[in-house]
Amino acid sequence: MDFNSTINIHTKGEKMSKKSMPIEKGHIMMFARAIGDKNSIYYDDDYASQNNKNIIAPPTFTQSSAQFDPDYFLRPKIDEPWFGSGKNPTGLVKSEEKANDESSSNNILHAEQHFEYHQPVCPGDILTPTSIPGEKWEKESKRAGLLKFSESITEYRNEKDELVITARSVGVVTEKTVEN
Amino acid sequence: MLNLNKVQVGDNFSEKVVDNLTRTQIVQYAGVSGDYNPIHTDEVFAKEVVGYPSVFAHGMLTMGLTGKMLTNLLGDGNLKKFGVRFTNQVWPGDSLITRATVTEIKKGSDKTIISLEVTTENQNKIIVLTGSATASIS
Repeated sequence: MDFNSTINIHTKGEKMSKKSMPIEKGHIMMFARAIGDKNSIYYDDDYASQNNKNIIAPPTFTQSSAQFDPDYFLRPKIDEPWFGSGKNPTGLVKSEEKANDESSSNNILHAEQHFEYHQPVCPGDILTPTSIPGEKWEKESKRAGLLKFSESITEYRNEKDELVITARSVGVVTEKTVEN
Repeated sequence: MLNLNKVQVGDNFSEKVVDNLTRTQIVQYAGVSGDYNPIHTDEVFAKEVVGYPSVFAHGMLTMGLTGKMLTNLLGDGNLKKFGVRFTNQVWPGDSLITRATVTEIKKGSDKTIISLEVTTENQNKIIVLTGSATASIS
């Protein structure tokens, strides 16, 4: 879209390396449970070795690298207020200004996710994600008002600096709550 | 897993990837992925602060469920590309079916590259995810 070029100026080239993600067997097992996948290749060493393989991670597993990102804003931080409910429906005092703030997380949704797999991900690997902001664009929607899309590209490299996974994520901030 | 000797462009495959999705499974996904956004984990917040009818699943849970169908069909560690758009929300109680259609087959000497179109739909036939995948199978 033609308005991308102007919006992109301040975001292009801001390369961000995040904390490394150690690939752990227990984490893979719990991830497979969460997606209801009973495939033995995700937790059973004996099964894997009988098939001349290692335990591997499911295709979307690297999404959980957020666990290792110290600044990830959708994880409660110790001694910091959290915006989910406690005694009240929200743990934060919501000012008018805050509600209109683009970074208000209430209406951020995940629009697209794309992975390219260069190597399998196995327990013992240490992956380091590096993210680069991509395009930004806007679209009008009947169900959710003005939609502001933004893209981010993340490369996951192993301890030998080999590219393991390339991920492209598109987030959308909706003007209002999506109607169904 | 699909039979490489018989598979043809246009072949369809499907699998029910979740039946009656529970809030607990959404919480399991939050816990393992690290995305604790209260719109997925906190019914009070989702209804009273944001105005949704209830919590709803992470898009990445739907993608993970969809990926399970693909790895069952294409084999472990064979995916080369997997990309999706999230087209509708997935709610507690939803049952999802993933369907994949073969769009291209390239046979090499030692491996076959297969591309597929993928959709996941709910019990009301509403498409919640569309995408594509490519696998390299030895």
